[in-house]
Amino acid sequence: MSVTLGHFLSLGAILFALSVVGIFLNRRNLIVLLMAIELMLLAVNMNFVAFSYYLGDMHGQVFVFFILTVAAAESAIGLAILVLLFRNKSNINVEELNVLKG
Amino acid sequence: MDIKTGFFYLFSAVLLFAAFRVITARNPVYAALYLVLAFFQAAAVWMLLKAEFLAISLVLVYVGAVMVLFLFVVMMLDINLDSLSAGFWKHFPIAGTVGVIIALEMAWVLMGGFRTVEEPRAGPAAVQAATTGVAQVAQVSNTKELGKLLYTEYLYPLEIAAVILLVAIVAAIALTLRQRKDSKHMDPGQQVKVRARDRLQVIKMPPVVAPAPQPEPVAAAAEGSKA
Repeated sequence: MSVTLGHFLSLGAILFALSVVGIFLNRRNLIVLLMAIELMLLAVNMNFVAFSYYLGDMHGQVFVFFILTVAAAESAIGLAILVLLFRNKSNINVEELNVLKG
Repeated sequence: MDIKTGFFYLFSAVLLFAAFRVITARNPVYAALYLVLAFFQAAAVWMLLKAEFLAISLVLVYVGAVMVLFLFVVMMLDINLDSLSAGFWKHFPIAGTVGVIIALEMAWVLMGGFRTVEEPRAGPAAVQAATTGVAQVAQVSNTKELGKLLYTEYLYPLEIAAVILLVAIVAAIALTLRQRKDSKHMDPGQQVKVRARDRLQVIKMPPVVAPAPQPEPVAAAAEGSKA
């Protein structure tokens, strides 16, 4: 029995579900929320790469490349906001993020 | 069950375990380190899928840059862990239910629908070369094919990605930049706002007649001795 496309897609689905659970569980911890978002993007990238391989289409890998770029930018800005929040409030509770509006 | 299947199950098991530890670890430093492990396993799975360039760039970009950034921030902040993990077990039942439902439904649909998609005989680049009629069905480098696509068909999106990275740099610096009180700095707004009359003042004053020059006493004495 060889691995099929379904195996890789299921791996991506389970990874995505795990990160959804992580967002539910660590609702207050902004760092773990960012990590769960990274895991979600990884699951999506897994689907792209799997389809790219099994359907013989290189465009999926190009998409993964762009998703990696956007994810790097997103995590950099998210961590900057996190540092800013910690500097102002001395904790990283998500429920106090609304003090940054204005 | 060939060796590739075995490796797939090994990498997947470690990947899912690492992802589980990421979302359940109490200490964010452990979570970040398990996320590094998860990215390594994902890179290995992508190697199985013959996406070598993306696997290497995942390790380089994510593990080398983004996760180090995460670790920097996590270790720099002095976080009170107890207040953050409050409500963890309160949300656990509904979160577990939702997660299991999502995973089972998606895995059911995907395993049902895509199980018959068999592995292609050659890599994606070779298949594409064959389908587009290009004669190079021989072993094609994944990096080369990706580069060809990126720099021809996806040139404008590539430039936009570069601009996004630039915007991310500017945004991150602008967000975290702190004006120090004790450092001398210039305010460009004040500089632009300045007028010439604030800096240079022309005042009218009556001319002062300089007194007539007197001969130097030393020079006069020297001339006297010579005479």
